[in-house]
Amino acid sequence: MAVSVRQVEDEALHVIKTDRHPEDEILRKDRLPHIWCPGCGIGVAVTAYIEALKRSDIPREQHVVVSGIGCTGRVAGYVNLDSYHTTHGRAIPFATGLAIANPELEVTVFSGDGDLFAIGGNHIIHAARRNVDLNVICVNNFNYGMTGGQFGPTTPEEAKTTTTPYGNVEDGFNLPYLAAASGAVYVARWTSLHFRPLRDAILRAFQKRGLTFIEVVSPCPTSFGRPNELGEGLDEMEWYRLSCVIDHDADLREIGLSMRKDSHIVVGNFVDVERPEFLERYERVIQRAQGQRSAAQEVGPESKRDQAQAQGGAA
Amino acid sequence: MAKKVLMGNHAVSYGARLSRVEVIAAYPITPQTQVVEELAEMCAWGDLNAKFIKVESEHSAMAACIGASATGARAFTATSSQGLLLMHEMLHWAAGARLPIVMANINRALAPPWSIWSEQTDSLAQRDTGWLQFYCESNQEVLDTTIQAFKISERVLLPAMIILDAFFLSHTYEPVEVPAQEAVDEFLPPYKPPLKLDVDDPHAFGALVGPDGYYEFRYNIQKAFEEAQRAIIEVGEEFGERFGRAYGLVEPFYVDDAEVVLVTSSTITSTARAVIKERRARGERVGLLKIRVFRPFPFEAVREMLLGVPKVAVIDRNLSLGHHGIFHAELKSALYGQRNAPAVFGFVAGLGGRDVTPRTIHQILDIVGSQEEPDRDVYWIGLKAKAEEGQPAGNGRKQRQRVKA
Ligand SMILES: Cc1ncc(C[n+]2csc(CCOP(=O)(O)OP(=O)(O)O)c2C)c(N)n1
Ligand code: SF4
Ligand SMILES: [Mg+2]
Repeated sequence: MAVSVRQVEDEALHVIKTDRHPEDEILRKDRLPHIWCPGCGIGVAVTAYIEALKRSDIPREQHVVVSGIGCTGRVAGYVNLDSYHTTHGRAIPFATGLAIANPELEVTVFSGDGDLFAIGGNHIIHAARRNVDLNVICVNNFNYGMTGGQFGPTTPEEAKTTTTPYGNVEDGFNLPYLAAASGAVYVARWTSLHFRPLRDAILRAFQKRGLTFIEVVSPCPTSFGRPNELGEGLDEMEWYRLSCVIDHDADLREIGLSMRKDSHIVVGNFVDVERPEFLERYERVIQRAQGQRSAAQEVGPESKRDQAQAQGGAA
Repeated sequence: MAKKVLMGNHAVSYGARLSRVEVIAAYPITPQTQVVEELAEMCAWGDLNAKFIKVESEHSAMAACIGASATGARAFTATSSQGLLLMHEMLHWAAGARLPIVMANINRALAPPWSIWSEQTDSLAQRDTGWLQFYCESNQEVLDTTIQAFKISERVLLPAMIILDAFFLSHTYEPVEVPAQEAVDEFLPPYKPPLKLDVDDPHAFGALVGPDGYYEFRYNIQKAFEEAQRAIIEVGEEFGERFGRAYGLVEPFYVDDAEVVLVTSSTITSTARAVIKERRARGERVGLLKIRVFRPFPFEAVREMLLGVPKVAVIDRNLSLGHHGIFHAELKSALYGQRNAPAVFGFVAGLGGRDVTPRTIHQILDIVGSQEEPDRDVYWIGLKAKAEEGQPAGNGRKQRQRVKA
């Protein structure tokens, strides 16, 4: 359906006149204003998610958002969907419980790099290995934003944070590589500048069965941008514009991030493969076990337990 | 000695630095972050010769402290609330392995619902883990107790927790005497563990023991807690002689001839002290007993102070759900069956950081003053009307502050 410039303008005018935001229907307006700082990239990720949700053919009632704790963790509280703001690091196990108890749900975990890869790091690799039907969106801002900017599991070597005032001595994780190696069936990385590809990646993740992982490289001007010479949120976005390279076929081993001004950020939809999802395999095992049992019953004598049950007695 | 204006969290950092900690492993959580940020800065500047490692969770932080302490290093960490709960397994381990690790815990309420404000339930829920517990009233006490804790812990081979209220101490600036390094060095010599991981004298730690041995391990720890009572008193006195500020298990204020004694801990004590002063000036016979050390529980000291007092009121900023305020319950167990035991009133106040003001304390004293015996197990003070009908008091939507979890 073609949309004319006029229609877009009309819509924009309508929004201005009625003081309505286009995503209002999916935001909990009573929780606004939100806590995020000016220039923070989390909002873009949320909008991309909402836009993907609007375009997906999965009914809105089936969408669930689960978050851990952190600035990104706040997402669960702002979307007007079923949502759960869990404890720090445990979003994935909570979400796993939801997804396997009610496979109808389209469960998306929205959380930060610290939440998903430090304190909760164990869970993501196992959920990916198990291939649980979850979408994991990680807003990577290279630090623990919420607690005041300490270094975390994605902080690049030499980066400055409140606990590495003279530079980090550790290497940060390369998230797409880690997710792919753990078994994720869909892996993408975009930045908060790449609104449309990010939205489309999320839409694709909704379609996939199994664990999908999307990294959203995102400015945290308050705690990471300023001490690391990336400037304000807009400055960092401008740097993304200049430094990002789209390469869907990138060698994932090579795409770790230094976040230094002279480096590149490789973005793209890197992995899109099929692998049976956890519940599918679970179902297969049940069928196999039942098949073996009925075969055994056909040939062999009934077990004592079955006999007792048949006679109505307690075993 | 120098006087500095320090926030409670930095008082912890200074205490740890003066104690020459050698390994610091921690994970950030509001309202603890400045403790560790300051230590990171001290390490980076070379003011403190320690290895600083920012691990991936509190569970790992305590595990790393355990490893470090097992080699004979002085190990330190700090946490709060959810972080302390996540450490729980390792807390038992540290005590069972008899490792004198010292940590600071900033008292913060537990989720859900999320809260970052002060409440003691996080640390009190660890009371059975085998850690010494010190509840501090001022930033000076925080710094002094940090230094003493290492000395006490290393003498009895038990880990120690220094506990301070979120924001009321952690983020409040107070003038603090910072002792000179040489003076602290004299008071606190380097740690010499009786056993450690040592290539020249190898030992295996953490082995399995059958029912024929385990029981005695626990008995020995219990004995160490008895010894800790003496150690806390002696170390507190020695600290007083050297630095001019003595400490004990409990701290009485106008208890001698009192008809009503309030029992408090942490910062509520300061508020209560002001109210007691005011009422004394009016000629009322009221007093106050601050409990500084909760583990080992100071049974004897408490009995000495409170037997013969007609009425005692305990104020708890904590709660054992389904039971009482925790200081209240423990105090009653210390007084039960004793001759001349007082009537004990239990008040739960200030959960989730709600202010406990002089007015609250006056209310409590008025209730206790108006009856001979408590007429219920627990008094809730300042409950909003709706909650009394069994509904939550608000939907929390009014809160627009930026809240760090
Ligand atoms: C067990 C536990 N430890 C620590 C915390 C404190 N905490 C809250 S958010 C956070 C880090 C969040 O970092 P990240 O996940 O990267 O999210 P961001 O704020 O950067 O979006 C920490 C350490 C907590 N809530 N619970
Ligand atoms: S601290 Fe950083 S991550 Fe958190 S809201 Fe501010 S800019 Fe965003
Ligand atoms: Mg982060």
